[in-house]
Amino acid sequence: MSQTHPIQWVRGQHTRVPYAVYQNQDVLEQEQKRVYEGPTWNYLCLEAEIPEPGSYRTTFVGRAPIVVARDTDGEIYAFENRCSHRGALICLEKVGTAKDFQCVYHAWTYDLQGSLKGVAFEAGLNGAGGMPPSFCKEDHSPRKLRIATFCGLVFGSFNDEVDSIEDYLGPEICARIERVLHKPVEVIGRFTQALPNNWKLYFENVKDSYHASLLHLFFTTFRLNRLSQRGAVIVSESGGHHVSYSMVDAPQAEAGKQYQEQGLRSDQEGYKLADPTLLAGFKEFEDGITLQILSVFPGFVLQQIQNCLAIRQVLPRGVEKTDLNWTYLGYADDTPEQRNVRLKQANLIGPAGFVSMEDGAVGGFVQRGIAAAGEDQAVIEMGGDSTSSSPSRVTEASVRGFWKLYRRLMDI
Amino acid sequence: MDTVSLREKIAAFQAAYIRCIDNNELESWPDFFLPQCRYTVTTADNHRDGLAAGLIWASNRAMLQDRISALRHANIYERHSYRHIVGQSFVTASQAQTTSVETPFMVARIMHDGETSLYCTGVYHDVYDTSTDTLRLQSRIVVCDSSRIDTLMAIPL
Repeated sequence: MSQTHPIQWVRGQHTRVPYAVYQNQDVLEQEQKRVYEGPTWNYLCLEAEIPEPGSYRTTFVGRAPIVVARDTDGEIYAFENRCSHRGALICLEKVGTAKDFQCVYHAWTYDLQGSLKGVAFEAGLNGAGGMPPSFCKEDHSPRKLRIATFCGLVFGSFNDEVDSIEDYLGPEICARIERVLHKPVEVIGRFTQALPNNWKLYFENVKDSYHASLLHLFFTTFRLNRLSQRGAVIVSESGGHHVSYSMVDAPQAEAGKQYQEQGLRSDQEGYKLADPTLLAGFKEFEDGITLQILSVFPGFVLQQIQNCLAIRQVLPRGVEKTDLNWTYLGYADDTPEQRNVRLKQANLIGPAGFVSMEDGAVGGFVQRGIAAAGEDQAVIEMGGDSTSSSPSRVTEASVRGFWKLYRRLMDI
Repeated sequence: MDTVSLREKIAAFQAAYIRCIDNNELESWPDFFLPQCRYTVTTADNHRDGLAAGLIWASNRAMLQDRISALRHANIYERHSYRHIVGQSFVTASQAQTTSVETPFMVARIMHDGETSLYCTGVYHDVYDTSTDTLRLQSRIVVCDSSRIDTLMAIPL
């Protein structure tokens, strides 16, 4: 592509990120074409959310509105939610069941696969009007997406060249998704958090294992996640996906001392819960991992915090606006007691989450902070310049990995 | 307790409740609830679909106290306050010991820099314990009309 980019970047260097990449309208436009409609898989919904023939949901790939539906053949299809006639939304509902879809504007009709099937008054009325005989409905369907499912997750791609979902994710990410989604899940709640920042600031935050124990006091105080606990960061070959995980060890006096010596705000003594059962979960993962945050480029997050499971979908709404769609999960075979634990631990996550509420605000702090940053750049050098997996979580390797793939797709 | 005085008590209770939050006297907020209580903040969509998870989900008063201590000592957020306006309560059921009430509300959020916006509208679905002279909430399900929450929810509704 020969378009000139508004962003100047030192080639091959991932330790600096020009702030303009979070501020520029042209970048957002190009992201739609090159990232979201490029060789990537975008999370659409759960298979469990469209269980029956005729079930559908509407969602987005980047800013493109999408219908994802299950046809009578049991297969899942997705297409751009844009009428081939004048461009109106074909489907206005968030969720439902349908035999077909009809645009409300001029009643053009589409089947569950998104193929144009009916044009109102196509043959005119009383021999007058109508479409010319040369008009071919087959040539006028909305853009259709390729579909891939993995562990009950439905992904879509506008791109014909994209790898299979297994190759796209890579074996390590696949295994870490399978670890959580190894049996049928059930949605137990949905919330949207409107973030006052560019989508990349949130997605970087997800990948940033360095901040977790520093910004989020709730984690550190209750030893849900200390950098000194055992854990690691896995970065996929492409750089775009990551897993950060940890397991709680017996209290480590030495590690605690390291935090105190740093004089960190996030280590306050004496903070106790009136109801300590908030963190009293049950062991359901044999590997002992109590926290796993997994991201799939460009906007999917799967989290396990103890027994609290959720999916987050990151969608751009504008240069400085992002929607974070939370889907809280339980397993279909949960006992009432297990379900109760998940509901209780869900206090940790979401817009009001003891742990994640800060993540909703911190992107806005950056967005406002860089208002006059000009051509200046962010420093992303913790752990050097590596973009590979690391036994230490005091690293920004997975953030640099994100930029590695992002820049390859954006050609900058 | 006759109906008129119960309505007056509920109105006074609602007024005291929102005054407590809006005046930033949050340490007193759990006292509006019974020790064994339920408090959930959810959305109209989740409520309609029977999805149990909440933005905030508490099954006892100690969890409400934890909300406030986390707010005061743990969580990071920009200084802001709410202004609640509650509408007329509608009694949906009256039993010997309890009364169920729905009350619509609107909440404006005032940021530290003065930016004021309509933050949330919804309905309190309440069950009051009317067995003693002092009203207490046995259950308050805060059903927000919208599923979109701007930035974060630190202060309870």
